[in-house]
Amino acid sequence: MTDQVTTIAPPAPAGGPSARSAVLRSEIRLYGRDISNVLLSIVFPPLLLVILGLVPSFREVNPDLDGLRVIDLYVPVVVLISLITAALLIFPPILTSYRELGILRRMSTTPVRPSTLLFTQMWLNGVMALVSAALCLFVGWLAFDVALPRQVFGYVLALLLAGAASLAIGALVAAVAKAARHATGIGVAVYFPALFCTGLWIPVRSMPEALGDVVEFTPFGAAANALGQAAAGDWPDWRFLVVLAAWAVVTSAAAIRWFRWE
Amino acid sequence: MTTTRIPRTTRGPVIEVSELHKAYGGRTVVDDVSFTVEEGEVFGILGPNGAGKTTTVECIEGLRVPDSGRIRVAGLDPVADQTEVTHVLGVQLQESALQAKLTVREALELYSSFYTRPLDWRPLAERLGLTAKLTTRFGKLSGGQKQRLFIALALIGSPRVVVLDELTTGLDPRARRDTWSLIEDVRDSGVAVLLVTHFMEEAQRLCNRIALIDKGKISALDTPAGLIGKSSTSTVISFTPSQPIDQEILAALPGLATIERQDARITLRGTEETVNAVISLLAQAHILTHQFRVTDATLDDAFLDLTEAS
Ligand SMILES: Nc1ncnc2c1ncn2[C@@H]1O[C@H](COP(=O)(O)OP(=O)(O)O)[C@@H](O)[C@H]1O
Ligand SMILES: [Mg+2]
Repeated sequence: MTDQVTTIAPPAPAGGPSARSAVLRSEIRLYGRDISNVLLSIVFPPLLLVILGLVPSFREVNPDLDGLRVIDLYVPVVVLISLITAALLIFPPILTSYRELGILRRMSTTPVRPSTLLFTQMWLNGVMALVSAALCLFVGWLAFDVALPRQVFGYVLALLLAGAASLAIGALVAAVAKAARHATGIGVAVYFPALFCTGLWIPVRSMPEALGDVVEFTPFGAAANALGQAAAGDWPDWRFLVVLAAWAVVTSAAAIRWFRWE
Repeated sequence: MTTTRIPRTTRGPVIEVSELHKAYGGRTVVDDVSFTVEEGEVFGILGPNGAGKTTTVECIEGLRVPDSGRIRVAGLDPVADQTEVTHVLGVQLQESALQAKLTVREALELYSSFYTRPLDWRPLAERLGLTAKLTTRFGKLSGGQKQRLFIALALIGSPRVVVLDELTTGLDPRARRDTWSLIEDVRDSGVAVLLVTHFMEEAQRLCNRIALIDKGKISALDTPAGLIGKSSTSTVISFTPSQPIDQEILAALPGLATIERQDARITLRGTEETVNAVISLLAQAHILTHQFRVTDATLDDAFLDLTEAS
């Protein structure tokens, strides 16, 4: 080979921060190139809120709801939909396809560990989910006059715990799915019960007691209640935060236990 | 076919494999494999599908853990010192892809960010004929372009040795030949190459030494010329006689290994001795021939001969 090919670029620490930020930049670019990712994660949840808000009766004060409007109850629901859409519909197939295509394997023959790619995807989807959640709050406030959360710290804490639990469930889906299309299938299969638990069809507080008790032990039901309380200005019940943390820890452990790099 | 081969240096082997064993679910697929790859050489692992070639090289790459045996890459253990090994060993996997929407340029930049002393990717891309494709996405590249990108990614960390596993399988003959000259360039730049292939012609043209591997065992290890000489069939004689010749008469020829007949044409595999005997046989019987050809056996013939014998 000609000697110009042996030109050495200035040394940089291998596998260090520069490699990690290069992986992050590359994954952000790839994420943006898939327009369906962007539509689903950033556009769909606020749009759903707008559509719900267009129903006139949802904007009227409802005596059955302690003087709140239906749209007020829907804001925490779409905030949670932001999290579960990113964590269950977008994140698992990406991860599984990286294993399926041999990208994780190829990376393990370089100084950078393939887990870098996994955690980068986790961060990326987590951040996109939070951006989308913030957008939902903003749209609700701007378009329908829904008050911003009054107990901000409680709200953020519940949101972060719910995000962690959702991503851990997504990672578990990626771990057990053999191929990217299985990951999509399993993700969708978990997505609809998860939507139900957020209260999209019946608000968790209006569910029959037996059903409501069960739903409160799912991460999405617990999160819906915790966000509802924080939105109203109360510190969320510890019970709900503990349920969220427990789901995050247990499903992460299961995902780590079953995840295969090839 | 002559290829200039660079003399082996005295720096010692860059890869050492000794008594490697690997089984999957009780079925042995690599059975007592030992070889070394010297600094600056192209070492071939040649064998049919399922012979255990990929398993062997993936043990060297640290992707699979041997059941027993010892592997050293530049003196390092691929499993215990995996990160250090990644700095000296460049890899092209038999089966792998990149993200479909990643461009060639982005892939080169990304992978060069992984290494402490990467090659400058621009001249590398230039040499591999990828400059015009820098903004093309991986999913839109042809098979040959993908393989050239994989060669670039294997070289980008400036390794001392690269492992290329079935690099040219699935390429058209033109792209295959282009790839061969790239491998020669890699060798000439001083990087040792461990080349896995099931194409005899490829091994014969590129390799300084070849290990023939069949059912997990090395059946022969030598230079291409050495392997051909070692086999009992070093010469191929073919002709169309003016009148039929009895099978018994042919079978009695000295040094003969095989007889093939296709319509009137006869192809004999044997040695130098066979050639002389055929010529005198034809002269004595006053048989004229049409298109009498004597050619050297290829590695192909040697391979069949050596693996059938084992
Ligand atoms: N992960 C695996 N699990 C079980 N069997 C395997 C695995 N990988 C390879 N094999 C088997 O081991 C044998 C050797 O495979 P391989 O090393 O890929 O051969 P080659 O590269 O020479 O074609 C084949 O029979 C293959 O089916
Ligand atoms: Mg193979």
